[in-house]
Amino acid sequence: MHGSSTDISGFLGGYYLFLAAMNAVMAFHVWHNRHRVGEAIFWIVVFFGLMAAAASSLGHSPPGLPEGLRNAVNYATGPVIYSVGTTALLVLAFVLRKFLVQPRVAWILLNVSLVLMGLSMVDPNFAAIVTKPDNVPIVGLVFLLGFFTWLATAQAVKNDERLKQGLEPLEKLDNEKVLVWPDLVYTELICMVALTAFLLIWAISLQAPLEEPASRVKTPNPSKAPWYFLGLQEMLVYYDPWMAGVVLPSLVLVGLAAIPFLDFNKKGNGYYTIDERKFSYLIFQFGFLEMWVTLIILGTFFRGPNWNIFGPFEFWDPHKVLALNNVDLSQYFWIYGMGEALPKAPPGSSLVWEILYILKREWLGIALLIGYFVALPPLMAVTVFRSFFVKMGFVRFMLMANLLLFMAALPLKMVLRWVWNLKYIVSIPEYFLNF
Amino acid sequence: MIRESQVWKSIFRHPMPQDRRNRIVVMLTNFFLHLHPVSVKKQGIALSYTWCMGGVTFFLFLVETVTGVLLMFYYRPTLEWAYNDILSLRDVTSLGILRELHRWGAHAMVITVWLHMYRVFLTGSYKPPREFNWVVGVILLLLTLLLSFTGYLLPWDQLAIWAITVGSNMARATPVLGHEGPGQQLLNLQGIDMITNASDARFALLGERFVGEGTLNRFYILHCIAIPLAVSLLLAIHFWRVRKDGGISGPL
Repeated sequence: MHGSSTDISGFLGGYYLFLAAMNAVMAFHVWHNRHRVGEAIFWIVVFFGLMAAAASSLGHSPPGLPEGLRNAVNYATGPVIYSVGTTALLVLAFVLRKFLVQPRVAWILLNVSLVLMGLSMVDPNFAAIVTKPDNVPIVGLVFLLGFFTWLATAQAVKNDERLKQGLEPLEKLDNEKVLVWPDLVYTELICMVALTAFLLIWAISLQAPLEEPASRVKTPNPSKAPWYFLGLQEMLVYYDPWMAGVVLPSLVLVGLAAIPFLDFNKKGNGYYTIDERKFSYLIFQFGFLEMWVTLIILGTFFRGPNWNIFGPFEFWDPHKVLALNNVDLSQYFWIYGMGEALPKAPPGSSLVWEILYILKREWLGIALLIGYFVALPPLMAVTVFRSFFVKMGFVRFMLMANLLLFMAALPLKMVLRWVWNLKYIVSIPEYFLNF
Repeated sequence: MIRESQVWKSIFRHPMPQDRRNRIVVMLTNFFLHLHPVSVKKQGIALSYTWCMGGVTFFLFLVETVTGVLLMFYYRPTLEWAYNDILSLRDVTSLGILRELHRWGAHAMVITVWLHMYRVFLTGSYKPPREFNWVVGVILLLLTLLLSFTGYLLPWDQLAIWAITVGSNMARATPVLGHEGPGQQLLNLQGIDMITNASDARFALLGERFVGEGTLNRFYILHCIAIPLAVSLLLAIHFWRVRKDGGISGPL
């Protein structure tokens, strides 16, 4: 799979053969075990379609997406579409979860996404990014996360249905105890053998990347952090490094560690459920799938030279120029609003005067931040989150409210940036204090 | 013959675990197996429930340890040799997939840690009495990322130093302790800045003002000794607490 795009058709041939085999097994399964002949015929048709794709791939003309469609996708790719789109997809998946968890629907979605992946691989720009050795695990991560989210949701939907009828969750039905030898030890052994085989195959078929020797004078464009930190690097677009690189990652860890002490809901302990713990479920999924994983995907596959956003089929042109004129809130207020210059202490004034002038210049942003982080939590406590406040007590509630507000601040800042080109709400570059 | 020998019997005190009694005894008398209880709830070990991701993560940690030790035989963390050693590891050394196993294992480990935590969250298994073990897990997540991050530098190619440069530049902006961080001016002694680019948080991380040989040495030691030791200790606590906090998770 590594190397130039010339051998991609061979890889795609194998890829489609694998997909075809997958569907053949599925057809056999629904015919033999479920006795659904019509559905089996459908998967056989899919099987033949995939075999045809495999044949033409092996004949060095793999099927691809039409150029018009690829151009349209590139054209539509932008931060707003990407963020709104992924959020909308996740919300939709949540709302339609009862429909989506049906094995049949999931199987169709899996097929569609794998075929789309195959069709896109023909595009040299797409293939160049996806087959970069260090990016391969992220492709794997996307599919693994899709699978496990489906698996968990399917069990949660079943349990929620049972709980609604007053039954126990499925996990509670089987109270039988088994001996660890052989039941668990053998599972572990099989897992280890399978994993070893998997790692060996991966290691043999994909060489670890090794670029030119390190050179401090040659800066690659783009310079990217390791993939699992790309969400943090993406935050650098919206926050200063002290926030994106230090404060927010620390808060992520603190927030994760605080979860068991903030979640006062006794239900949903030890089994899959969504309805019994909707609030914590939604907050976690928003934080993990939207704020962590989709930002990593954005940073890996869509951020190119100069950290510009590129479409999935777009050439990473380092000369692509995007007009960016970001404006601070204080500039909005004083220059555009009041028609004055930014307040500035006269030269030679004392430190106290300088700080007073800075406070005058930034008063609006500071007031907004105080309102957001100081005034909003008590307001939440007496309105929407009243019952939370009563159950959690002052300290726990304030911690939760502030963590939630910090989490919500990122999408808020993103929106402010895209819609009004807002750079900083409070901008005090004199003291490296920008927010 | 062998099983009747004194040597065999000195290692394995009991016959093969083929009947109920010996299957119980084996769990109690074998050092490696005694991490487990003797019996578990059948539901608790169902693959669709656990995803096996905690175990897979631990196994990957072992893979990383073994391949890592082997890689240390071939690798010298100096500007003169680091890159060349990796090159010859690829081109000259027999069984040249050692680095591949190590690197892909590392990527996989980051992913499996996430999936393990994802499962623990979705089953609510962090709830009492397992709060503390979740916190230990969060620290292990951080250490896994740091292990991967420190290892990223060692091949000493363009990918390595620039990823570490981008990643560690943020430490420059640490509040109070970074030389470009807010509150940096607070620490000064009679007008002399205490926090400069040669004394701030980033310098402590890199051992230099930029990613250089000092950094390579520091990251090498962190990667091969300091962080693995910390991980091992926390893993022991993590496993021990699984047993003490009510065993493998399941509905109460």
